[in-house]
Amino acid sequence: MAQAVSQALNEPPLIRIRELTKVYQRGAQDIPVLLGIDLDVQGGEFVALMGPSGSGKSTLLNLIAGIDKPTSGRIEIGSVDIASLSEGQLADWRAEHVGFIFQFYNLMPVLTAFENVELPLLLTRLSPRERRERVAQMLALVSLADRADHYPNELSGGQQQRVAIARALVTDPTLIVADEPTGDLDRHTGEEVLSLLEQLVTQMGKTIVMVTHDPKAAARARRMVHLEKGVLVDEVAA
Amino acid sequence: MFLFRLLLKNAFRHKLRTLLTMVGLVVAVCAFGLLRTIVDAWYAGAEASSSTRLVVRNATSLTVPLPLAYAQRLRAVDGVTGLSWSNWFGGIYITERNFFPQFAVDPPSYLALYPEFVVSDDERVAWLRDRKGVLVGRNLADKFGWKVGDQIALRGTIYPGTWSFTLRGIYDGADPGVDQGQLLMHWAYINETMRLRAGRRADQVGVFIVGIRDPNNAAVISQRIDAQFKNSLAETLTETEKAFQLGFVAMSEAILVALQAVSFIIVIIIMAVMANTMTMTARERLAEYATLKALGFPPAFVVRLLFGESLLIALAGGLAGLLLTLPLASAFAGFAGTLFPVFRVSASTMALQLGAAVLVGVVAAAWPAWKMSRIDIVAGLRHVA
Repeated sequence: MAQAVSQALNEPPLIRIRELTKVYQRGAQDIPVLLGIDLDVQGGEFVALMGPSGSGKSTLLNLIAGIDKPTSGRIEIGSVDIASLSEGQLADWRAEHVGFIFQFYNLMPVLTAFENVELPLLLTRLSPRERRERVAQMLALVSLADRADHYPNELSGGQQQRVAIARALVTDPTLIVADEPTGDLDRHTGEEVLSLLEQLVTQMGKTIVMVTHDPKAAARARRMVHLEKGVLVDEVAA
Repeated sequence: MFLFRLLLKNAFRHKLRTLLTMVGLVVAVCAFGLLRTIVDAWYAGAEASSSTRLVVRNATSLTVPLPLAYAQRLRAVDGVTGLSWSNWFGGIYITERNFFPQFAVDPPSYLALYPEFVVSDDERVAWLRDRKGVLVGRNLADKFGWKVGDQIALRGTIYPGTWSFTLRGIYDGADPGVDQGQLLMHWAYINETMRLRAGRRADQVGVFIVGIRDPNNAAVISQRIDAQFKNSLAETLTETEKAFQLGFVAMSEAILVALQAVSFIIVIIIMAVMANTMTMTARERLAEYATLKALGFPPAFVVRLLFGESLLIALAGGLAGLLLTLPLASAFAGFAGTLFPVFRVSASTMALQLGAAVLVGVVAAAWPAWKMSRIDIVAGLRHVA
């Protein structure tokens, strides 16, 4: 594992952020949230973004995920400067390269676990049969093959988050972003979810950027990045 | 298939809300269809009128008759191919509630001008032979359970006294638009009786019906006829049968305009109700739409979801409303009796009903779809938290 990371470190970073700023406008008032962030994340890294409320960690995650636009600066993912993409291009890019894990799972309540995982595959050219096979693999990976026909309200919080993880993985994305993935779970279930995320990094070589308040959750990441008042204040390698 | 399943599941996520919206649509589409049918029924006479028939009446008023003596001069007018006449009888059958149109006509010439009244040869001959015989439409006979040979007594209002007739024939319409609610009697019988009772009212005709070969000549022939009787004691006013019928409709035009307005207002009301439902639905699903957009679905997908769901509900409600209109219209026709000679839901009304349902679905989804397609993903995702 250590060898793999050191190998990766010799390669160009998967995420390369330079001079990134984000300023929100509320009426006539400018509210700066990120003030010139520089950050590199290697492929196969598991990075935890930490910081107090209002530090800008969620905003940074949103910008990396391509669901928000920076005020200035560059965000290169792979070789793509996503800050320069149009809305339509960004949507296509997200569909292909980003898997999302949300604090409250954000599953479609009217769809079964199987259908929820299948959802992102509708944006691919896969045949229905290929889709079914891929979804079955992902549900097996998160140990929910026997819950495929269950609706979200028939699953526990931990199971719902595992469905969300399967949904995030099903398109085989370059990057997985997780916003407080254990924030709505009890400690034991949270540990299980974090173990699963660790497994994705160690066994599948996925790159994960996770926002968390929980130091124990952050400790499971390979690297912790601290933000305070919109600037990076500290980086700790686990 | 996936999308349709999603639409279906979304549509019935709040079963009671969807059901109530659909009930509203059923009522609105049904009421719209019934009101349109009532308006159509009003125009049925004009719609069924022939373009090769002209109606000649007294220029002063329809209530003022014309002398029968005009018949010879009318036949001589260039372009006239047939001539008949009729008088409004206006009798009461048992009670005034049993209203139906009754005309005293000249049977041979009248039937020649109205080939859409289909009657068997036997019954035609029987009626022509019996001066006290009457010919009635199928709907009228069915309504009162009359059979050929039955005696029908009418209490005269315009022609005083009790008049007893024998039913000699029942006519059918050549097409569903033909009025099958009339009773036709011999003009000669009424005229002879009137000659005995009130001589000066004899040999008077309510209207002449003039047959022409080419409808394009209607205006010219009408002018010729009216010119014939210019400056006479009874000047004429000649118009096409359609214009004549529309003249009656015009008397109730304000009611018809009101009915049409109400039918459209009903659609607008349900449009507002459904737009409110769809807006509420969209607002509740803000985070879901934001999630879909985050996953890479384009705004058009969200638009499709909302329009699809709205159209699904609207079409289901509209279709149910349309299907309910048919038995209701039938029941209404039975209740209205002979008030509306032709009362049927036309294909165009059904198409309008479905069109109205689609329009409701489209309009109801337009605003929320536009709004949701433009939601900021980050703000939408925050909605959940």
